[in-house]
Amino acid sequence: MAQAATAHVEGQQHPIGLYLVVWGWLFILSTCSYLVDYFGFQGYLRWSLIVLFMLLKAGLIVAVFMHMAWERLALMYAILVPPVAVLVFVVIMAFESDYTRFVRHLFFGAAGT
Amino acid sequence: MGDHALTNTEPAAVPVTGWRSIVADWSSDQRAFKSASWGKAMMWIFLLSDTFIFSCFLLSYMTVRMSTTVPWPNPSEVFALKIGGKEIPLILIAIMTFILISSSGTMAMAVNFGYRRDRRKTVALMLATAAFGASFVGMQGFEWTHLILEGVRPWGNPWGADQFGSSFFMITGFHGTHVTIGVIFLLITARKVWRGDFDVGRRGFFTSRRGTYENVETMGLYWHFVDLVWVFIFAFFYLW
Repeated sequence: MAQAATAHVEGQQHPIGLYLVVWGWLFILSTCSYLVDYFGFQGYLRWSLIVLFMLLKAGLIVAVFMHMAWERLALMYAILVPPVAVLVFVVIMAFESDYTRFVRHLFFGAAGT
Repeated sequence: MGDHALTNTEPAAVPVTGWRSIVADWSSDQRAFKSASWGKAMMWIFLLSDTFIFSCFLLSYMTVRMSTTVPWPNPSEVFALKIGGKEIPLILIAIMTFILISSSGTMAMAVNFGYRRDRRKTVALMLATAAFGASFVGMQGFEWTHLILEGVRPWGNPWGADQFGSSFFMITGFHGTHVTIGVIFLLITARKVWRGDFDVGRRGFFTSRRGTYENVETMGLYWHFVDLVWVFIFAFFYLW
């Protein structure tokens, strides 16, 4: 246990420069995602840019700041695979809300607006 | 027997990679997470559960926004601030984003200096992180006040779909709570580092366990997670 702990301390020694570089990239990516709104991009261009910058930022934070890149695969997969289930949930709820919207249009559409 | 058990806690001498290493670690009958201590592994598992909580909030937000027949208020205009007589879209949110990212940067460096036993720098960086976090919560308080004065309520708002208010208060409120708790724990951990608790192995008041500088990293994991959640909130709630 003690041995493992010391080995681990050695394992998480990274040069400060690495963190500064990641910090810089996070600033650049945040500025980019802000500019998406500032320039008023719309439609699929807007959504794909937002998601792209979001995933890059999230990846940098998890991999470098949270040191996930240096963990063993057993931990990596245990933590990073379960959130994939959320994507399934997203698809289910997208169908559900489409249906709700359709029914609302059907029954309230004429009376409303 | 004891010796035998101890040697088995080390990673296998023959380096196994890829899927075989996962199978080897999980079937090793000892500890599955060989590179992480129990404290770190538990923090990761807690963060995973928190991920699901925030996912459910964002999902319910997606559901109400997709299913409403009333137009959704334009966040770009709702969160615009007048600076120098000019409306700048989302400017406060952008500043809050940069502040939270900066706090993550200082936290990452605090962890690093902790492992180098540089107590002074570790404490200074942790206090800087806490200050960034506190100013983030302060700005959120300003934002909430601003919106409430403009008439945003969980049940309605002047610009469009009623669900905007409830989603906004629920998601940012829960995130703000996380930041606040993080600031409190940052101050507690910074005090421990300052006192040298992790050098002399002083026992904690709650668990009676001796801490190590890995506590700073575990604290950092939580803090980076708060930043991570904000990345998703910023993208999905404010920019979408």
